[in-house]
Amino acid sequence: MLLIACPYCGNRPETEFRCGGQAHIARPADPTALDDDAWSAHLFVRANPRGIHAERWCHAHGCGRWFNALRDTVSDRFLETYPVGAQPSRSIETEARA
Amino acid sequence: MAQQFRLSRGGRIDRSRPIAFAFNGRTVQGFQGDTVASALLANGIHLAGRSFKYHRPRGILSHGPDEPSALLSVDRGPGRIDPNNRASVVEAYEGLKTRSQNHWPSLAFDVGAVNDLLSPVFVAGFYYKTFMWPRTFWDRVYEPVIRAAAGLGKAPEEPDPDRYANRHAHCDVLVVGAGPAGLAAALAAAKTGKRVILADEGAEPGGSLLHDLTSEIDGRPAAEWLRATLAELDGRENVILLPRTTAFGYCNHNHVALTERVTDHLPTGASQAPRERLWQVRAGEVVLAGGSHERPLVFADNDRPGILLAESVRVFVNRYGVLPGRRIVFATSGASAYTAALDAKAAGAEVTLVDLRLEPDCGSGPARLRAAGIPVLTGHTVVGSKGRKRVTGLLVAPIGSDGRCGGRRLLPCDCVGMSGGWTPAVHLFSQSRGKLVYDAERDAFVPGSSAQAERSAGAAKGTYDLAACLNEGDAAGAEAAGSLERRAFTATSTPTGFQPVRIMPTDANPAKVRAFVDFQNDVTAKDIKLAVREGFQSIEHVKRYTTTGMATDQGKTSNMNALGIVAGQLDKTLPGVGTTTFRPPYTPVTFGTLVGPARHALFDPIRTTPIHDWAESHGALFENVALWRRAWYFPKPGEDLHAAVARECKAVREGVGIFDASTLGKIEIVGPDAAEFMNRVYINPWAKLEPGRCRYGLMLKEDGYILDDGVVARVSPECFHVTTTTGGAARVLAHMEDYLQTEWPDLQVFLTSTTEQWAVIALQGPKARAVIEPLVDGIDLSPEAFPHMAMRSGTICGVPTRLFRVSFTGELGFEINVPSDNALAVWETVMEAGRPYGITPYGTETMHVLRAEKGYIIVGQETDGTVTPDDVGLASMIAKAKKDFVGKRSLARPDVVAAGRKQLVGLVTDDPKLVLDEGAQVVADPDQPIPMRMLGHVTSSYWSANCNRSIALALVANGRELVGRTLHVTTPDGFAAARVAEPVFFDPKGERINA
Repeated sequence: MLLIACPYCGNRPETEFRCGGQAHIARPADPTALDDDAWSAHLFVRANPRGIHAERWCHAHGCGRWFNALRDTVSDRFLETYPVGAQPSRSIETEARA
Repeated sequence: MAQQFRLSRGGRIDRSRPIAFAFNGRTVQGFQGDTVASALLANGIHLAGRSFKYHRPRGILSHGPDEPSALLSVDRGPGRIDPNNRASVVEAYEGLKTRSQNHWPSLAFDVGAVNDLLSPVFVAGFYYKTFMWPRTFWDRVYEPVIRAAAGLGKAPEEPDPDRYANRHAHCDVLVVGAGPAGLAAALAAAKTGKRVILADEGAEPGGSLLHDLTSEIDGRPAAEWLRATLAELDGRENVILLPRTTAFGYCNHNHVALTERVTDHLPTGASQAPRERLWQVRAGEVVLAGGSHERPLVFADNDRPGILLAESVRVFVNRYGVLPGRRIVFATSGASAYTAALDAKAAGAEVTLVDLRLEPDCGSGPARLRAAGIPVLTGHTVVGSKGRKRVTGLLVAPIGSDGRCGGRRLLPCDCVGMSGGWTPAVHLFSQSRGKLVYDAERDAFVPGSSAQAERSAGAAKGTYDLAACLNEGDAAGAEAAGSLERRAFTATSTPTGFQPVRIMPTDANPAKVRAFVDFQNDVTAKDIKLAVREGFQSIEHVKRYTTTGMATDQGKTSNMNALGIVAGQLDKTLPGVGTTTFRPPYTPVTFGTLVGPARHALFDPIRTTPIHDWAESHGALFENVALWRRAWYFPKPGEDLHAAVARECKAVREGVGIFDASTLGKIEIVGPDAAEFMNRVYINPWAKLEPGRCRYGLMLKEDGYILDDGVVARVSPECFHVTTTTGGAARVLAHMEDYLQTEWPDLQVFLTSTTEQWAVIALQGPKARAVIEPLVDGIDLSPEAFPHMAMRSGTICGVPTRLFRVSFTGELGFEINVPSDNALAVWETVMEAGRPYGITPYGTETMHVLRAEKGYIIVGQETDGTVTPDDVGLASMIAKAKKDFVGKRSLARPDVVAAGRKQLVGLVTDDPKLVLDEGAQVVADPDQPIPMRMLGHVTSSYWSANCNRSIALALVANGRELVGRTLHVTTPDGFAAARVAEPVFFDPKGERINA
């Protein structure tokens, strides 16, 4: 069971959380401006990297707040967690190369 | 004579506390501290079971958890029969009942042993090759026969009466294994003051120190050092010492699962403690010191009772004071068996040692043994054994310099101790996703790079010398605790090293030799060779084809030999072949441990409403809706479901019905931006909805499909009272929170679940107003003042209420929201007030029928995650003026606007008595060839007492264009004709609702 550091509550077991998939995908300000391909890409196309992945997590059975996390999909190691709207302290590309 | 093989002194058993237990109905004497295996051996009983496939007589091979053969059914009383327990780990106690398995009619005479004579037939892959055809024979003949013959032990049939506990624990350092390395690690970590948990699977911590009579540690006998160390650890408040506790699973982020056997070693009823306890430990650092497993030697008939592992002979002699035989031959390819031989000799056995290695490769061992009067034959192989239910002799032969066997020689004996080297127990390390590396010098896979915060020490890492184990453990423990302090142990040097041998050289035809690799699954060396010849090259495939390394022992003793044979056949190196995957559990774990207290009422939480007890006492039957238990219908004496529902349905339409709708999800949406937020998450317009008015809201996911629905009341300009479906409440709140927190954090809105704060009493039917009128204060109930889809605050029965005038039945209706604590009192008062009007409580089934008569959808029944508002005829609810809302853009996706989508329609069967099956398929022409073109499916179908006929809703391609047409619906016997209709069956003009 993963141990996840909620930015608001600290380390908590995975069963308290819900994963919300890839992070940093903003909902378009004007969805009608997108053509069908762009909209379907926004809806359905997600990264599935081997390595560092920025994900959305919700401390559903805790404080109820959403936050983001950098997780290594190979080792399941969490590099960091950070609030919604913030950027990670390290670049995903740099970490992936390291 | 009882315990004729018990030594007169020595061992860790308590001779002052004799015990007696039953083995196959026979009373066996032993002492406190015995395992079942040691007590059986003390009484000269070696035959402990029959093998899985060939029903060969099998004895006790080992002293520990790796035992493959001596599997017993343990009977601790009614409901407490537990099959497949290893005799080597079951602690004997007064009154215990044990039975051997896999034989009929008796252990000594087993009819199934005929399989042994047929062994040339039962080769690897026998089942796959034999039972190929005819196909129909599988279900009727082969499978039932195989199932009856196969399987070890018998599962208990009664409910488990025992109690199981679950405990979460945190520590800085978890040490697995309390042998020399683990103890040294725990000592080093404990000294720093860090929180330490030391878990050991044995009844007594100590590992190899429990049977080491000759070694010294820091100038003290090993046993004395052990006693002092345990006392020191026990005295420390920062150390939890857990005996009888197996670490069986190493999960992510140092989450390690342990099973503690709390009371199995005590007579049933002797303790009020739970039988077992699951420890879920989250450790900062882990030290793995789980030791190693000895390998058997692979030679013809190496499986006879009386043939043990060499170290196990030493354990039985030294720890349990039992001589497994009076004439013991040790057969080995390594150094450790020499120590065992010396100890057996010292205990009074007549001992001979045979070593495969040539004399110059044997070091000082032969000289030491000969000095002790033990004959040593170096450069000798084992080519077979004699005896049947007990070994009577070992056949050995010298190996010449050309590698060929010389003349055979029979060494008469009643016990053999064999040793083919050692295999580190890397199971937990591998489970932690650490990478194993092959160490050629140790002929073993040992821990390589770590994936988690752990480290191995001692034999688990391939280190076998006592001082080295202690120092490695000390370093591991100190490092895990973040200490730089190291100490240097001095200890008696341990003879180590062995020559790897997969199959003992033999002068016999290898094709005829039955040399067992995996004792538990009856897999021989030639089975493995056959599998490789037949093309199985991956070790994972060989394992599954031959079953080697499977079942309760998971190949702890056999895997390296099997691997080596496969590598030899493929002419590959061992790392080239690799290992099979190590999966939890390390040793078998009971279901009870895993389930813990989560049984019966605690299996899954059950939610009940404040009206639940009333409904129960008034005869309601219940159905599960999500976690809720809802009243399904209220049968009167003699009524079945259909009769009760027909009565309830008519009562609502003709008089008044009362329904517990408390399970509806409720969310209070409050804040200056509440209306804006509502506009974004619902398809409907909200800005102009006046306080005190309600609207039926529909919510989509971003993909344009219906997520949930429910009536929403605007309580004030900045407050909405939202209702959701019963099952969707949590999902809807999560959906709203997600958007609010992550997409629109600028909106000033708070979302609060109020599902359990408000109980909801639905009063439906033409007499509804008359019933509540005398009970309500502060609300004008007249139709003009309080129209359909309005909400008023006031009091009912003196209790504050949000009174909704809404209807899910098509009748005049009210939904009385009251604080849950007051709900039962209000319900009972309303029931009393309704008595003159024939008020009738109804359940969810009637609710379903009544709404279907009106064509109201139920999300999850008419919708399935691929249904748009237009599909169910609700497109008119979409606010045209809104530029955006969740799901809006998707409603313009090509496949959503394309023609031919399934649309909600009614189906009227030609036969009014026929109630269609929900889920039944709809086709245009029942005579078309198979596969038929499915037009859609029935989503709801009921008998309608009010319409005096069956009714059904369906999703049908282009359904609205097909109204009036006859289609055909699958039935259990064929097809039924049904006319497509508007999805409203009762009061199509909707006049009753405004009464």
